[in-house]
Amino acid sequence: MNCTGARPLVHAYADGELDLVRSLEVEEHLKTCARCAAEKQSVLNLRSALESGGLSHRAPRALRQKVREMAGDAREKERATTPPWLWQWLWQWLTAAVAAMAVVAIFLHPGGTSNNDLVANELVSNHVRSLMVNHITDVVSSDQHTVKPWLNGKLDFAPDVKDFATEGFPLAGGRLDYLNGRTVAALVYRRGQHYINVFVWPAAGGAGKAISETISGYNIVNRDIGGLHYSLVSDLNTTELGQLADLLVK
Amino acid sequence: MEPQSGFEEMMLPHLDAAYNLARWLAGNDHDAEDIAQEACVRAWQYRGGYRGGSARAWLLTIVRNTAYTWLKKNRAKTMVTLTDDDMAEIEGTEAPAFQSADAGALRAALEELPLEFREALVLRELEGLSYKEIADVAGVPLGTVMSRLARARHQLQTIFQKKGEV
Repeated sequence: MNCTGARPLVHAYADGELDLVRSLEVEEHLKTCARCAAEKQSVLNLRSALESGGLSHRAPRALRQKVREMAGDAREKERATTPPWLWQWLWQWLTAAVAAMAVVAIFLHPGGTSNNDLVANELVSNHVRSLMVNHITDVVSSDQHTVKPWLNGKLDFAPDVKDFATEGFPLAGGRLDYLNGRTVAALVYRRGQHYINVFVWPAAGGAGKAISETISGYNIVNRDIGGLHYSLVSDLNTTELGQLADLLVK
Repeated sequence: MEPQSGFEEMMLPHLDAAYNLARWLAGNDHDAEDIAQEACVRAWQYRGGYRGGSARAWLLTIVRNTAYTWLKKNRAKTMVTLTDDDMAEIEGTEAPAFQSADAGALRAALEELPLEFREALVLRELEGLSYKEIADVAGVPLGTVMSRLARARHQLQTIFQKKGEV
């Protein structure tokens, strides 16, 4: 091995990272090349200087204590109740819940908040959560004949499920969600890269209000028809969201 | 080790390593403690993603990512990372023979190194990680680890010698 070949390997040689054959080749070269031998020696000198320099920092006691407490708390809970998979699930859920609460908290102004605002915040939270925990659909299917019976078996009302792929809103699936104190249907549609959650539940008043609002950059479009309320939530613009709403209540 | 249990046993032995890396990347005690603690919380949250292997390298990866995120957020202006030009310039320098060092000057020289070089040297010389482990922690190919270490050593020696001359 000549100097050009050996030189880039001198550090790896000094670090003991070369395979046996290469290592022997470099070793052979070092016997004849003063420059490469000096390079190797300088790596070793630097190493011993760094090792003896007291350069490592040790974790402060307070930090060690905090980590110990964190682990201790968790272990206690594990032992007390939950199997590991549930524990992991709870953590995911808790993280999502904190994020959801943060979203809600931003809009809790001191003057008090109307129920409509609360529902709107909850809608956004549910939408965000559905994206966060990678759990946007329980039944993944673009086939309306799969999604509809799945939902109907789990709800006390029967939302209509249609695929609007030809109109540019393919059905991605559905799931159950919990909103404003009741179980609701969540239909998931896609528009390009955007996900749209369509929350459906029996309308209390039945008034056909079509208000839109924006919370934290998420748009909400509401529709009432046939005794059902539809809330569409997405980061998609309200115009296109409105198009899907029109298709749904047609 | 089962990823769901024994977290304490898994993490506490590597807490010094975690803090040491955070301290060298952050440059002061206070920020290092914040970063190390946040990294432990993240490690706890993502422990399901631990797939065996070196728990230390796994934790150090999280510390490293936490530190970089933190540095970008809080010190975007002063955070110096390497460009290709820097690499070329460093490549050209001649390695001086390293003389026995006084620890204070060595520490100061290491603190002056660009982030990626400092990180590579700390992981290799202070934590004793293999090239493969450093590659995993820093998220770069093995060849990059090799060249970074060589350049880091050259530059450290150059800085150290300059300090000696002043």
